[in-house]
Amino acid sequence: MVPLFVIIPLAAAFLIPLVAKVRQDSARWIANTGAWLLLCFSIASFWWVKNTAIVYSVGGWKPPFGICMVLDSFSALMLLVINLVGCIVLLYSLDYIKKYTSPHLYYTLFSLLLAGLNGLAISGDLFNLYVFLEISSIASYALIAFGTEAEELEASFKYLVLGSVADVLILFGIGVLYGRVSTLNMADLARSLQGISLADPVLYATALFLVGFGLKTALVPFHAWLPDAHPAAPAPMSAMLSGVVIKVVGAYALTRVIFNVIGITPLVSTVLIVLGVISMAAGVLLAIGQWDFKRLLAYHSISQIGYVIFGIGLGTPLGVAGGLFHLFNHSLFKSLLFLNSGAVEYATGTRDLRKVAGLSRSMPVTSATSLIASLSIAGIPPLCGFWSKLIIIIAAFQANHIAGAVVCILTALVTLASFLKVQQYAFLRVVDNVSREAREAPLFMRAAMIGLALLCIATGLFFWPFMESVIKPAARVILDGVRYAGMVLGG
Amino acid sequence: MSLYALCSILFSIGLYCLLVKKNLVKKIIGLGIAEYAVNLFFILLGYRQNGEAPIVDTYAAAGQYFVDPLPQALILTSIVIGLGVTAVMVAISVRIYEKYRTFDINEIRRLKG
Repeated sequence: MVPLFVIIPLAAAFLIPLVAKVRQDSARWIANTGAWLLLCFSIASFWWVKNTAIVYSVGGWKPPFGICMVLDSFSALMLLVINLVGCIVLLYSLDYIKKYTSPHLYYTLFSLLLAGLNGLAISGDLFNLYVFLEISSIASYALIAFGTEAEELEASFKYLVLGSVADVLILFGIGVLYGRVSTLNMADLARSLQGISLADPVLYATALFLVGFGLKTALVPFHAWLPDAHPAAPAPMSAMLSGVVIKVVGAYALTRVIFNVIGITPLVSTVLIVLGVISMAAGVLLAIGQWDFKRLLAYHSISQIGYVIFGIGLGTPLGVAGGLFHLFNHSLFKSLLFLNSGAVEYATGTRDLRKVAGLSRSMPVTSATSLIASLSIAGIPPLCGFWSKLIIIIAAFQANHIAGAVVCILTALVTLASFLKVQQYAFLRVVDNVSREAREAPLFMRAAMIGLALLCIATGLFFWPFMESVIKPAARVILDGVRYAGMVLGG
Repeated sequence: MSLYALCSILFSIGLYCLLVKKNLVKKIIGLGIAEYAVNLFFILLGYRQNGEAPIVDTYAAAGQYFVDPLPQALILTSIVIGLGVTAVMVAISVRIYEKYRTFDINEIRRLKG
């Protein structure tokens, strides 16, 4: 069952250009069917996994020698994030992407992106992980430039330069590890590296991975590309980039390599905590002055991914669980906010918050869903963002990182302020003769936004069962650290 | 150890070129250099002095050793990936040239960063 997560989107990506030659219209239905199938499989994967790891050997070559795919609880969580958001975003694209020429290319690239991300989440081989990373990166470079306007091309080039720096650094890191222990299987690497804990070349590789994946995650010293690249893409793609790509390509891969392969040390843990805290504070401070709706959201992504890395970096059971829960929640409300910004742009033709006003009357669905998302991201009690932030703050106090906890709380307050600004300017403010002619978004766009808003509320209300059944097993995989090797190889 | 040092130097030259040069085409060349440095690094990791081609039947019995074949297989993949990234980069710079009529990054600055 495991390889289906790569086979389905890859097959869709190859089918779409062929079928679109005959019937243009079929492209979107193929992509959507594929995404729904993937969502069903990723929900079913929780029943298959049950705290163990399912290992699939590609071509029948057994793990230490061949390439293997590993589905454990952590991968299952990431598959859920990818395919849930991917599915809803594709539903939204049905209406949104009509305004571009040759939409079938968009669906092809989107399916390729899904294939890359899914493959990354289930890869059990370090080089294979790199290959899937490149597949998803190339697809996202092309999707950012999809509008082929001057700004979009420029943003895409900027992302390309920094993204390929990250890729080359990661490949170099893989080379250094290979030179030390002559294996690339992640489980086998974890086992071989245990004896020689952080000898010089391994420390060098760790640094390379931290910088490489840090660039992909857009942690603060490496964040320069994100506020350009994410707003430049078409809105559904921005939702995918901010909601999923930086998490899977960055946070997931970083956590997997640092915790399960190399093994966490106090030094690396401190680096992660410092990067997380700086990203939280700097991201939100840069965000509050923005007037471009999508650019503001992009800066908030940096700040929120800081929470995730801070939580995971704490390394305590509560901290890791909080970080992963926040990762899931952020994928919901940040995608929703980007879809809202897309709907606003679709209706009014601008993303400048000063030029739109009073949309709550003309666009009730967009306005209501964006209110839910804003309250979630700001951490207002019954909604999902509150619980994950609360857990991270409690974990920070428990681990005696008082400064970190204080930054968490202050960041939450500034986030609230900045989203009050969005609500006030775009939706609630009543000004004569501005944005009067705006019309509510079409059916599929509304459906996608309502779906995500309901998920935000549901996750907030049923956070405890969700924590227990989905987040805790995933956190356990991270906390088990290099014992991951035993789970995959057996014994 | 010299292997690590020399490849790191070549890699840094490529990285410098990619990040500091103002011309889009030079940036692409810089990425090429950085990629080749990593490819070279992998190949040299698998190199063995006086090693033979890795065909197990003939040489294993005779007590001779052979070069590590795995890096070569990896680097074939890596070269193809590099080609893909370079193609996207070239395509985007051509489109940028059509919009701005220049390759100079100083004149292509609408985004604030």
